[in-house]
Amino acid sequence: MDIGVLRGIATALALAAFVAVAAWAWSQRRRAAFDEAARLPLEEDPQSGEPR
Amino acid sequence: MVQACEIYNDRVVRQFALMTVVWGVVGMAVGTLIAAQMLWPALNLDLPWTSFGRLRPLHTNAVIFAFGGSALFASSYYCVQRTCHVRLYSDRLAAFTFWGWQLVILLAAITLPLGITSSKEYAELEWPIDILIAVVWVAYAIVFFGTLVRRRVQHIYVANWFFAAFIITIAVLHIVNSLAVPVSLVKSYSVYAGTVDAMVQWWYGHNAVGFFLTAGFLGMMYYFVPKQAGRPVYSYRLSIVHFWALISIYMWAGPHHLHYTTLPDWAQSLGMVFSVMLIAPSWGGMINGIMTLSGAWGKLRTDPILKFLIVSLSFYGMSTFEGPMMSIRTVNALSHYTDWTIGHVHSGALGWVAMVSIACMYILIPRLYGRREMHSIRAIDLHFWVMTIGIVLYVVSMWIAGVMQGLMWRATNPDGTLTYSFIESLIATYPFYAIRLAGGLLIMAGMFIMVWNVWRTVGEPGGQTDVVIPAPAPQAA
Repeated sequence: MDIGVLRGIATALALAAFVAVAAWAWSQRRRAAFDEAARLPLEEDPQSGEPR
Repeated sequence: MVQACEIYNDRVVRQFALMTVVWGVVGMAVGTLIAAQMLWPALNLDLPWTSFGRLRPLHTNAVIFAFGGSALFASSYYCVQRTCHVRLYSDRLAAFTFWGWQLVILLAAITLPLGITSSKEYAELEWPIDILIAVVWVAYAIVFFGTLVRRRVQHIYVANWFFAAFIITIAVLHIVNSLAVPVSLVKSYSVYAGTVDAMVQWWYGHNAVGFFLTAGFLGMMYYFVPKQAGRPVYSYRLSIVHFWALISIYMWAGPHHLHYTTLPDWAQSLGMVFSVMLIAPSWGGMINGIMTLSGAWGKLRTDPILKFLIVSLSFYGMSTFEGPMMSIRTVNALSHYTDWTIGHVHSGALGWVAMVSIACMYILIPRLYGRREMHSIRAIDLHFWVMTIGIVLYVVSMWIAGVMQGLMWRATNPDGTLTYSFIESLIATYPFYAIRLAGGLLIMAGMFIMVWNVWRTVGEPGGQTDVVIPAPAPQAA
């Protein structure tokens, strides 16, 4: 196969992968799960956060 | 609350957190010394062990792998436990990563001044230490991924994705780049030769920047910025897209270190194009961090830790704009081999990496010792201002020096001869070396303020407490 064709295929695959990741990330189905995950760092340990 | 409960493994986090501060002081002190040597060469004491060429790798190894590495171990171990609601996998292996990593640092501090080096930049350590690093790193991977596998929370929080990419990639980079044929205990030769050796070295070198100094610290940012700002990350979706884009693109940027060398032109162009593309995913992270803080502007007045974080993200944005520009071949023709590169590196390493690590320690250390906050908030504020001014002095002086050097070196007379000798450019750089040293001394002063503050925080009565893992976990599947 010609190297130019290979490069074209690689570029198309990379573009498709990016579009797929973006579509997955913005799909409505994932919204609730992402919102839930995004709150994980906000949890506080039981003992901390209270004055000494 | 009290049941037959499991507690988090905070012991190893405490150990790494305290050593972050210790190695920060040591690494930056060596950096300040060699900055002074550039101004007053007699400070090398005419001894081989204290010469610039041997202390410079000691400085880079100490700040990147000892200071930055300890900060990454501490923050990743803390983050993965808190976001997975589970204790670290294997206390023994976790302890091994701590003592093993400290041993690596100690061996580096002994061998580098003795002149024992493989001469590969940022990979100078000789083969027995390289093997130890590989073993410790595999143990780190087992602990981290073992913890992820046993998680009681359905989601893998995005910070853990960044930490995971950092751990896997550093293992691959380190092992491939360090392949060597030993001829004695302290000497080996790389299995690669010539241009291939250079390409493997900078594939390693730039991905050490991309995965150690970027992905790892983005993991830290994605956990500690939302935590300190008290609000979730601005766009979780953006964090996913820029994660995959970042790790896919970084891998190919290495050749920009080898412009105008024997590396084939097509490889140089490829490195340049991928480096320019890196602006997008890098700024994805920067924008996400800054927008997370944007709902908390009011807190900036009272919370110096947030100031550290916002300045850190700003420096990340600046240096990830500057880097792609410098990787363009024609810009590189001016910047390469000048102090501009030094300025760029320190805007990333001090402005982004050190500031986010210091903020992380100021958040982490009181929590690890059962306190609400650091002993002195005013001392954090003072540290912030002293360090920020120090970094600005450092970076700006090196920018000016670098552009000046580049212009002097390329200047030619009408008959084609060089306008300036090298020594003339060196003399012209002297004032900027002095400004850089002043910046370094301010940064050092900030670290001593931090040591005092940490000392007082850790030493106060009350002390460390065991933190119980929430059970049943809220999102248990």
